[in-house]
Amino acid sequence: MGLEIMDDVRRDYIYNLVKRGKREDGRDFRDYREIKVEKDIIKRAEGSARVKIGNTEVLVGVKLEPGEPFPDSPDEGVIITNAELVPLASPEFEPGPPNEDSVQLARVVDRGIRGSEAIDLSKLCIEEGEKVWIVFIDIHVLDNDGNLVDAAALGAIAALLNIHIPAERYGLSSSEGEDTNTLPIRDKPVAVTMVDVGGEILVDPNYNEEKAAVSGLTVITNTDGTISGMQKYGREGLAEDKISEMVEIGIEKADELRRRFL
Amino acid sequence: MKKEGIELIKDGKRLDGRDFDELRPIKIEVGVLKRADGSCYFELGDNKVIAAVYGPREMHPRHAQDAKMAVLKYRYNMAPFSVDERKRPGPDRRSVEISKVSREALEPVIIKEFYPKTEIDVYVEILQSDAGTRTAGINAASVALADAGIPMKDLVSSVAVGKIDGEVVLDLNAVEDNYGEADMPIAMVARRNTITALQMDGRMTKEEFDKGLKLAMNACRQIYELQRTALIERYSEM
Repeated sequence: MGLEIMDDVRRDYIYNLVKRGKREDGRDFRDYREIKVEKDIIKRAEGSARVKIGNTEVLVGVKLEPGEPFPDSPDEGVIITNAELVPLASPEFEPGPPNEDSVQLARVVDRGIRGSEAIDLSKLCIEEGEKVWIVFIDIHVLDNDGNLVDAAALGAIAALLNIHIPAERYGLSSSEGEDTNTLPIRDKPVAVTMVDVGGEILVDPNYNEEKAAVSGLTVITNTDGTISGMQKYGREGLAEDKISEMVEIGIEKADELRRRFL
Repeated sequence: MKKEGIELIKDGKRLDGRDFDELRPIKIEVGVLKRADGSCYFELGDNKVIAAVYGPREMHPRHAQDAKMAVLKYRYNMAPFSVDERKRPGPDRRSVEISKVSREALEPVIIKEFYPKTEIDVYVEILQSDAGTRTAGINAASVALADAGIPMKDLVSSVAVGKIDGEVVLDLNAVEDNYGEADMPIAMVARRNTITALQMDGRMTKEEFDKGLKLAMNACRQIYELQRTALIERYSEM
């Protein structure tokens, strides 16, 4: 009950700021918070990245293991994306099985990687129908100050770049020769999340802004400007022209992030 | 979203004979379940979906109650026999996500403030699936909520668009979904033109997206008329 009142107070505060053209942390509506991407910080993982967007902090680790292919694609590798909202990251997160927020986070990040066909899965077959490389993308949230999706998506693609496939560890020699030891990455999908507060579009919402927003949209775009994933959030609808504007902003911002961090 | 080698468009028509902007046949029946407060059976081509609404009823556990409004719950569930390869019963990650997105698709029209401390339960069962089940589920749920007498600002209508053989087309069936290049389900409040659900996967340009959104919005208006007609028919019988 007490928390609900705080929610209302916070919502009014954010809303009134936006109405005066301002944000809590002094940013312009279209600006990201400061972003930091650190690569290869976990020795045991084949690829890893820690992404900070303002106070939000997400660690993504990628592991590769041989496993069984799906029956409908016997000669292709498999991507498995998982997200954990561990209780260390927020007073609102609780231990236990994945809830709908962590499932959504994982699935939206997964959708971008899959939709863009960023990983060339056809090159991850070891033995058709028997053994392929499984790419595990594990998203570990460390600090939730809003916009986990963009941090996780950026961390995922950053972690996937320049991965050495650990064939030796599993006693598999890469018979096909030359360049088969690096995970083949063909695209760099980047997610840009926006929320609608009082009719204004805010890029990269922080925690308070997320709470104050009634709707939001993530747009994931590729290097050539095509869209590879989208997800709308929130309990209110969005008008067509607003969505269209958000897609345009998404394409532009993704391009910026890609050039700076990938 | 991959796999080449199957032609999905021949002589300007799709494999099932439809035009690019053509919906599959839709059938709607209102009030099909006795025990539920509201219900709806919805067919979209080979999709067969049933939705039931219970409530508003007292919310348990009590600490999850909202003192100011009702809490909407939505459960999307696929019957094990609804797909080619038997689906293991119970929630998986896909259905958890669909449940969330579908709940958010309906939330904007429900006047939850009328029923503080209660919950409204929407249960959607997919009996037979042929791509587009989440949209069929939202359409069914929307009608079932109205059938249950839940105060709503309007109905919600939902449909998917996608890209097959490089063309933006309406309402993909399972083959088109499997071999197509993109899929984008949306839900919309037809008379207000607001989008309440939007997902996309695959690959589309901004132009294709704009075209797809227009196509989907038009189709939602058609579905809206069918939902409305079904409700009117049901209640003029009585």
